[in-house]
Amino acid sequence: MTTTFEAVAEIISETSDIPLEEITPEKNAFTDLGIDSLDFLDIAFAIDKHFGIKIPLEQWTEELNENPAQVDEYFVLSKLCARIDEVIAAKDA
Amino acid sequence: MLLEYFQMIDRVEELDPENGRVVARAEVPMESPVFEGHFPGTPLVPGVLLIETMAQASGFMLLSRLKFEKMPFLANVTLAKMRTFVEPGAVLRVEAELEHDGSGFAKTAAHIVSDGKKICDSRLMFRIMPFPNETLKGNMLDRFSQISRSQAE
Repeated sequence: MTTTFEAVAEIISETSDIPLEEITPEKNAFTDLGIDSLDFLDIAFAIDKHFGIKIPLEQWTEELNENPAQVDEYFVLSKLCARIDEVIAAKDA
Repeated sequence: MLLEYFQMIDRVEELDPENGRVVARAEVPMESPVFEGHFPGTPLVPGVLLIETMAQASGFMLLSRLKFEKMPFLANVTLAKMRTFVEPGAVLRVEAELEHDGSGFAKTAAHIVSDGKKICDSRLMFRIMPFPNETLKGNMLDRFSQISRSQAE
């Protein structure tokens, strides 16, 4: 069974044309992989579609605006995937 | 349509914000400064303005869903196909459907038909953001009121 990270890594690779082997759990989507906010909309769309969820990007953006230093907590891929798992769990609850 | 002012939609004919669907009408003018350059002797509506037309139809539907509390800005155009030329005087039926309602973004699928023939189609992504100022919000409300009022006439 594909893990959340594997699915997200494939989405990022396809959407942003980044080799799969460069996408590892400790990488930050923005600062390490060079994804910009427009590309991230495509990624968010693909994640929503793949998992049948609506990741709360607006809420995360508001939280980050209040505390920009926390960016790794949202966009390091291992943490992003943990947040996605939380959204999936909330949907299935 | 007032091509030079980017007023692409003349009338909203059907609007279902709940289900994310809109049908709009746009009449290509016989004359426009745009046709002086595109192209001399062979006036054609530029493809980018057809994309803009699909974006505006989608945008008014999204604005209605958002109750004009936020503004959709075109962010991404994919799978755009211009299938045939559009000449002065053409009457366009512009249809758009919500494909995905994300958090802070939305995606629509739109197409234009004229005389029963498909003119163009595309997928459009919008970034949903707060209005940058009250002027833009007021302008959007006024324009929507104009093209919706003509629906009832």
